[in-house]
Amino acid sequence: MLNISKVETFYGNIQALRGVDIKVNNGEIVALIGSNGAGKSTLLMTISGVNKAAKGTINFDNKNIENLPPHEIVNLGISQVPEGRRIFSRLTVEDNLRLGASSNNKGKNFDEDSKEVYDLFPVLRDRLTQRGGTLSGGEQQMLAIGRAMMARPKMLLLDEPSLGIAPKLVNQIFISIKNINKEKGVTVFLVEQNAKKALELADRGYVLVNGNINLEGSGKDLLNNPDVQSAYLEGGKK
Amino acid sequence: MEYFLQQLINGLTLGSVYGLIAIGYTMVYGIIGMINFAHGDIFMVGAFVALISFILFALTSIALPIVLLLTLLIAMVFTACYGWTVEKLAYKPLRKSFRLAPLISALGMSIVLQNYVQAAQGARIKTLQPVIQGGFNFFEDSNFTVTLSYLQIFIVIVTIVLMAIFTLFITRTALGRAQRACEQDRTMTALMGINVDRTISMTFIIGSSLASVAGMMFVMYYGVIDFYIGFLAGIKAFTAAVLGGIGSIPGAMLGGLLIGLIETFWSGYISIEYKDIAAFSTLVIVLIFFPTGFLGKPDIEKV
Ligand SMILES: Nc1ncnc2c1ncn2[C@@H]1O[C@H](COP(=O)(O)OP(=O)(O)OP(=O)(O)O)[C@@H](O)[C@H]1O
Ligand SMILES: [Mg+2]
Repeated sequence: MLNISKVETFYGNIQALRGVDIKVNNGEIVALIGSNGAGKSTLLMTISGVNKAAKGTINFDNKNIENLPPHEIVNLGISQVPEGRRIFSRLTVEDNLRLGASSNNKGKNFDEDSKEVYDLFPVLRDRLTQRGGTLSGGEQQMLAIGRAMMARPKMLLLDEPSLGIAPKLVNQIFISIKNINKEKGVTVFLVEQNAKKALELADRGYVLVNGNINLEGSGKDLLNNPDVQSAYLEGGKK
Repeated sequence: MEYFLQQLINGLTLGSVYGLIAIGYTMVYGIIGMINFAHGDIFMVGAFVALISFILFALTSIALPIVLLLTLLIAMVFTACYGWTVEKLAYKPLRKSFRLAPLISALGMSIVLQNYVQAAQGARIKTLQPVIQGGFNFFEDSNFTVTLSYLQIFIVIVTIVLMAIFTLFITRTALGRAQRACEQDRTMTALMGINVDRTISMTFIIGSSLASVAGMMFVMYYGVIDFYIGFLAGIKAFTAAVLGGIGSIPGAMLGGLLIGLIETFWSGYISIEYKDIAAFSTLVIVLIFFPTGFLGKPDIEKV
């Protein structure tokens, strides 16, 4: 479904991605783990067209998307929940959700689709008229995921959804990611520092080190891999 | 008392004109974080388009209300094209450039527009015969008669109607929502599947059409214009936008009214010669004591 091949991305002279190859198949949950500064967010922004790939190709549903502007990529069915959530804090929760629906039949399916989002995250229904910035961190993350779902994506890119969120809510968010994949059939590409949780959830995983893919395998294999354990699991929560 | 009332009426009329221009400054600032230095000249172009339209309609026998409506539409459409062109030429190609670059090119556009109008229309002032005459007189038996002209009523009513439509547009429509989103986070707005470039263009188009209405009011109210009127009116409207809190739309409306009132009261009670200084002293005082303006946005960012 998504085929990333030899992608290189630069910030000025700094090379953040050094020839990344990743494949995500329809219906999968694929996790990407890596330490700070490895290039995870850069990769997601390159897929979404916000950063331009200097070299390599990105193919989605048999269409090359590496030269498309971000809004066209969203229209093809890839939505991103970016690092730090990036809620429109001065706009209401409802406005945030309506913005998410922009690419989806020009927002005409709002009533129907918002119900599905409230089923996933009931708290959002009670917060509709509240400004996004007044939500708690966990609620903002739910809003960010709900907002992305309003586009009816085929594929969801998630950048560290557990970052800065209370452990209890992290579980809830991982459960909803699983639901989104299993029940709504949305393919998920998940970037996480919380390697254990991500690999437990994922069908397959990749390890990104310094802009290179270092390892790949099934979620289970990576969890049991000694290198992964020492680099990403030992120090973290078991 | 009568004199005061007269200044109040005049000030509100003038303030309507400034408010309509100020919205364009504040919207563009909100969305791209830059002052559109060509906006005053866009207002001037609007005044010229309206003038030409009035002169052409004067040759026909079309009824006045229809002439007013058609002139309004013609001014808005033509001027919007100019505003759109300014964005395409001066801002869009430089969006990823260093911050000062688009400001310089916008100053360039301002000079281009002035010279273009000067070359095409001549440097001398242009006059327009009064289009709407008459009005109401109050306190006729006291020693100062207060006049509320039909033209003033027209200006204030058109301004109120436009601002109401505009407010609904910003708060209720998808495009208005996209504009508010762009003001906060352009990248995230693009990740919503929204064409950010088009949203920015629309902002220039809307700001320009409101400025053109101000231009039409201006030429009707004063009856004389030249290619240079955009400079002073532009700076005053910009002051209005800062006064209200740059980026805030209700602020621009309020700021416009305040600047209009300050200017007329200063002329009426202190000295007409220094009326322009009044507006600018206000700008300086506001910048010192209320740097975010009266309705500047307090951020409620939460991490
Ligand atoms: N806007 C930028 N300008 C210059 N360099 C950048 C920029 N954004 C990221 N980088 C650099 O690119 C590299 C990859 O950054 P990136 O944000 O993709 O890492 P990451 O894996 O997402 O890290 P984290 O886990 O901290 O989010 C880093 O070395 C970073 O310093
Ligand atoms: Mg990151």
